[in-house]
Amino acid sequence: MKDLSKSLKKIDVSTVILIFSILILVVIVAVPVLLIFLTAFFENGKFNIAGVVKVLSDPNTYNALLNSFIIAAGTTLLSTAVGTFFAWLVARTDLPFKNTMKALFLVPFMLPSFIGALAWKVLLSPRSGYLNKLIISIFNLEKAPIDIMSMGGIIVIESMYLLPFVFLQVEGALERMDPTLEESARISGASLFTITRKITLPLVMPSILAGALLVALYSLSHFGVPSILGTEKGIFTIPTKIYERIYASGGSFSAIRVGTILATILVISAALILKLQDVLLKKGQYQVIAGKSMRPVVLKLRGLKYPLLIISFIYIFITIILPTVTIFLVGGLKTYGLPFQLKYMTFDNYLKIFQWKMTKDAIWNSLYLSLSAALVTMLAGTMISYAIVKMNFKGKFILQFLGVLPYSLPGTVIALGVILTWSGRFGINLYNTAAIIFVAYIARYMAFAIKSSSASLSQVSDSLEEAARACGATHWQTLKDIVLPLIRPGMISAFFLIFLPALRELTTSVLLYGPTTRTIGVAIYTLNEDGETVKAAALAGIALIIIFVGETLIRKFLAKLEQRAVRVKEIENVAA
Amino acid sequence: MADLKLQQIKKAFGDHIVLDRFDLHIRSGECFTIIGPSGCGKTIILRLIAGFETPDAGEVFIGDTKVADAHHALAPEERKIGVVFQDYAVWPHKTVYGNVAYPLEIAGLTKSDIAKQVHNALALVNLDGYEMRFPYQLSGGQQQRVALARALVMRPEILLLDEPLTNLDANLREEMRFEIKEIQKATGATILYVTHDQEVAMALSDRLAIMDEAGRIHQIDTPEIIYTHPIDIFVFKFLGISNIISIKVSEHFASVKIKDKTVELPFVAPSSMEGKEGILGFRPMDVQIERKGNSADFPAIATRVTILGPIVDYLFDFQGIPIRAQALTDDALAADLILEPGEKVFLSVHEPKWFNSEGVTQQ
Repeated sequence: MKDLSKSLKKIDVSTVILIFSILILVVIVAVPVLLIFLTAFFENGKFNIAGVVKVLSDPNTYNALLNSFIIAAGTTLLSTAVGTFFAWLVARTDLPFKNTMKALFLVPFMLPSFIGALAWKVLLSPRSGYLNKLIISIFNLEKAPIDIMSMGGIIVIESMYLLPFVFLQVEGALERMDPTLEESARISGASLFTITRKITLPLVMPSILAGALLVALYSLSHFGVPSILGTEKGIFTIPTKIYERIYASGGSFSAIRVGTILATILVISAALILKLQDVLLKKGQYQVIAGKSMRPVVLKLRGLKYPLLIISFIYIFITIILPTVTIFLVGGLKTYGLPFQLKYMTFDNYLKIFQWKMTKDAIWNSLYLSLSAALVTMLAGTMISYAIVKMNFKGKFILQFLGVLPYSLPGTVIALGVILTWSGRFGINLYNTAAIIFVAYIARYMAFAIKSSSASLSQVSDSLEEAARACGATHWQTLKDIVLPLIRPGMISAFFLIFLPALRELTTSVLLYGPTTRTIGVAIYTLNEDGETVKAAALAGIALIIIFVGETLIRKFLAKLEQRAVRVKEIENVAA
Repeated sequence: MADLKLQQIKKAFGDHIVLDRFDLHIRSGECFTIIGPSGCGKTIILRLIAGFETPDAGEVFIGDTKVADAHHALAPEERKIGVVFQDYAVWPHKTVYGNVAYPLEIAGLTKSDIAKQVHNALALVNLDGYEMRFPYQLSGGQQQRVALARALVMRPEILLLDEPLTNLDANLREEMRFEIKEIQKATGATILYVTHDQEVAMALSDRLAIMDEAGRIHQIDTPEIIYTHPIDIFVFKFLGISNIISIKVSEHFASVKIKDKTVELPFVAPSSMEGKEGILGFRPMDVQIERKGNSADFPAIATRVTILGPIVDYLFDFQGIPIRAQALTDDALAADLILEPGEKVFLSVHEPKWFNSEGVTQQ
């Protein structure tokens, strides 16, 4: 046995982990957020609340704020109502092809919403929308019947692509609900309508609200749809206003300051939404929603069966098939505006995507940025989760606070914070380089990594590590031989959870791109801005193929991993 | 071989003081059990010795080496101690062989030495032939034996066991109990066993320590002495069901106040109890039941009789005082003592224990 005094000289692994965890969170997350607040509230070194009020009372910013909240509220209401209805239809009725329908309702997850918005602009823009033109000619109308480039249009399109969040939450809750609760109401003589209204709905309410809040959080900070459908018509939201200000002024400080004030409002709103969700989820779920799957009472639709099935198919046709087909067709047009006839179609546009430097760069940038950001974020997130979940030290709450901070930072806010931090203020200027997007992605997806790693780490019982230490393994050997192999599936899924959304990212990178550092999202967006609709659609088509193939392959791969993880989990159950 | 010493240990978690000025000495080569209710800090003692916790004050010695005090502590991996955990802590991603071989791999042994020693350790816990299985293919008892083999393969001088049998069913628990005893004989290691199960503690230990919720040790001795001479009422109660009667002693005899009535008990109290209040305690097995009585006996009426397999459990009423008694079923059958409720018999008590008002045993 070694002497006690000698053990002091070694470098302690836990200290290293702790220092790096705090360092990463401070540099990547805390400093940018702090700089946003400082820039918003301090002018020339003095606290200046009057300046904040002045910016907010400017009709330009004021309207953007108002629009953001109207769009968020409208999107939340619409997607929650429709999502809950379809969730109920799939979980609780004898609708045919249930499993297929369930999968189909989740497909919009794969479709980046700005690509959807682009498709809908092509179809339903008031002047040149193909669908509008078709309707005008059929019914011989004076002007376009539908104007998608409006507040209502933005709300409807955003709802389509955020609906899966509600669907997933509510459908799951309905399936796991204890059927005896409804059966006992039925025995007491309640009609099915009464049961649904008085028993079922209140019981799944927490899940509905949780899904709704998630939608609110995303739509509040969403850039793609409002910028493609709104900007041209002068409809601005907080994220699009920040973008417009910064680009109109070429990144001047006063524009950034307006941006930080708006960003502060975003952060506060997001934090409130998350807090509300936390409260709801804690007292929600009542425990009537059991973990195990039970066979729920299924309502016989009888005569409504096929009408409702057709409605579901129409919904899926409108949200998935129509926009996807539109994108590929427009991408194949020789010139935008030509009718979809074979003589006007060409395959050249798609081939050219791989020849033009700009689009080639964009695909390459997106691929390596999302791969490297996913790798680094996953590793850093695992380390930070280890410190939070497994280590005990004074001031742990600071790390815990820093660890949840990324959750409440919308992409726009992160972009602004990163601009403030890495534009030479601390001696490092990354502006207009790919590195600044890389840093922003780490901040943006840190929450995913921490969430996923924490979940798998909390399943590794402390005694597994202690057993290794008692066997003579050092802390470092224990991490390498025991902890890492056990959480590897969680780490891999965290990697893909970051890689896939990063691949189609727009909100953050649109504020950070330079001449040679466009991402796929930015390239589609700027091509569309420049009126190159055909090129934008062709690139979007290729992006859809990459995303679809990627998701399918990865899903298969993850399912395999899951099977292995289940095996490992079985023994934890035996032990418990 | 090594002994274990804890001196003046203090350990607190936040405001909650678990151990305060705690001393313990475990002799080299003995099987020592700490037994106490859950939350009494017994697991903390084990963790302090293993190095998973550090004391706020005081010192921990293994043999002559100080392994921890308030300022420094040797890391767990430097203490060469075998530990078996309550939840087994068998690594799910390693085979049985991989689990048991790990300590040897860390120690840097050659492949052939590792194979030989793993084989020996698995033989010791009766798991030969299971080398290539994964933990999820094993029962709880087998996993526990893997954990034991993994702790033993390093031939530690000290083996710490934290309630390793709690999660096993009754049959397995009994089997493992004897196995651990056998292994101790074979290896000669110093064993510290922590449990709340008094049966296991009695069966396994050379000596045992009984702790209360406040982290205080009441008695340290051999199982026989603790059973026959419990130092106080806490120890007495801890070792099994017992009749506990609050009494007042006058003129050598104990009496009980029930409501407004005073009932005389036919027990001669030790002289130190004269004129004082205290507690009378005796075990159900120490109650003798007879159909016919003599002057030293007291008459009682059976209120409940239950045959629990090899023993019969009785509840009697003696002038409003409930008395629990037990007899071997065979003996009860032979003496025609499978009673109907309401039947009257005579009871006598073998060696009742007397405790003063502080709960300390009186002779």
